[in-house]
Amino acid sequence: MIEIQDIYKKFGDNEVLKGISSIFKPGVNNLIIGGSGSGKTTLLKCIVGLHEPTSGDVLFNGENFTDMGFEQRVPIRTHIGMLFQNSALFDSMTVEQNIMFPLNLFTNQSKAEKRDRANFCLERVNLAGKNKLFPSELSGGMKKRVGIARAISMQPKYLFVDEPNSGLDPVTSILIDDLISELTVEYNMTTVVVTHDMNSVMGIGDHIVFLHQGKKWWEGSNKEIAHTDNKELNEFVFASRFMRAAKAKL
Amino acid sequence: MIQSLGRYILLLRLSFRKPEKFSVYWAEVMREMVSAGIGSLGIIMIISVFIGAAVTIQTAFQLISPLIPKSVVGGIARDSTILEFSPTISALVLAGRIGSSMASQIGTMRVTEQIDALEIMGVNAPGYLISPKVISGVTMFPLLVIVSVLLGFTGGYIACLTSSEVTTFDFISGLSDGFNPIIVTTCLVKSVVFGFIITTICSYQGFYVSGGALEVGQAATRGVVYSCVMILMFDLIISRLFL
Repeated sequence: MIEIQDIYKKFGDNEVLKGISSIFKPGVNNLIIGGSGSGKTTLLKCIVGLHEPTSGDVLFNGENFTDMGFEQRVPIRTHIGMLFQNSALFDSMTVEQNIMFPLNLFTNQSKAEKRDRANFCLERVNLAGKNKLFPSELSGGMKKRVGIARAISMQPKYLFVDEPNSGLDPVTSILIDDLISELTVEYNMTTVVVTHDMNSVMGIGDHIVFLHQGKKWWEGSNKEIAHTDNKELNEFVFASRFMRAAKAKL
Repeated sequence: MIQSLGRYILLLRLSFRKPEKFSVYWAEVMREMVSAGIGSLGIIMIISVFIGAAVTIQTAFQLISPLIPKSVVGGIARDSTILEFSPTISALVLAGRIGSSMASQIGTMRVTEQIDALEIMGVNAPGYLISPKVISGVTMFPLLVIVSVLLGFTGGYIACLTSSEVTTFDFISGLSDGFNPIIVTTCLVKSVVFGFIITTICSYQGFYVSGGALEVGQAATRGVVYSCVMILMFDLIISRLFL
């Protein structure tokens, strides 16, 4: 479980996050949604420690991550998997080497065991046999799946996903969403997904935090979102004609 | 300026933290050594032969006098090559070749979030990315400079063979006349310092880049320019200290 308590983040005079608190439970898909510039990615980076919050705390299973130094954070970090918006695969490494990289650094497994684990992760994301390809030889959707395979290679307790559907076609987007959802349940991970994709919100949004102007504006599930009277959330969720038509049918 | 210097020193401190796993870092060091050392051998060989030949011809041109023995040309070419041309010119060329590549490689990793990915995994990103480059720089640069010195002499020898001003016998005897080992020490110290300067400054420029492709290119250019300025500054400092 991850608990964020009263997170503030300032860049110079620009206050991006204004006192955000929430609890992200394991085994469910926790979504952070909001418009561009609402602070979603900043919040995610504060949670994983890429940005230090100006004030507030992030607790991983009760341990205050914000107060820890680099060395103290390493044991928690080895339980964190993250899929970046642009996948962030290491260009100089093959798919297999990318997946084996954290295993090489943080485990004492034999080469055969690490290769087996890499093969398992690749099979899990339906990319069996792509071991020797380089990231430059992969499509956008394949890169995302390799990113997921790398993220789960250490069997993490926490999975963070930044804009998993950006730049993907609707069919691939749904495949990625379903994969994230399946893995969350399978490994009982605490999954936090940052997205502004409404298909993801309606499809896998078990727990949704809506950010607006750096504040938590609304919190609930995808079942509740269609019936909320929150004006800003309605404007965001039902901005597209498709979503308005879908709401009308409800 | 002071803020940048502080960040540079802090980055160096982070770069030399205890590695997460020595074997993984060692593999990176080997890879960087091959890239910096073997990869630069060709360009170093070419420039060294030409510089050695040019220095010999120009020195001979300036010393046409019946009062000066011809072997002096060999001695001057030797000292110039060992003290200045091999370490300094090689370092300036390597700043362009290796330094820009390091800055753009690390910079690209920064803007494509690959460094963030390392940090999320719990990897000390400066240590993993920068320390192998620095180690390869301070070990391979002296070796490249030694090769450069030997090829510089070869270039001078070829110049004597193809011209009539100085005989090869005079040139070779001049190479050994009045040899003072301090010039070799100075040359090696310079090469180690220059290796450190190029790898750390260019890595620093790449590591703190933000933006996109344009900024990565600018960081690489800054890395090379600052490295060249620092190389020439430390060239003076080391010469003053040792000679």
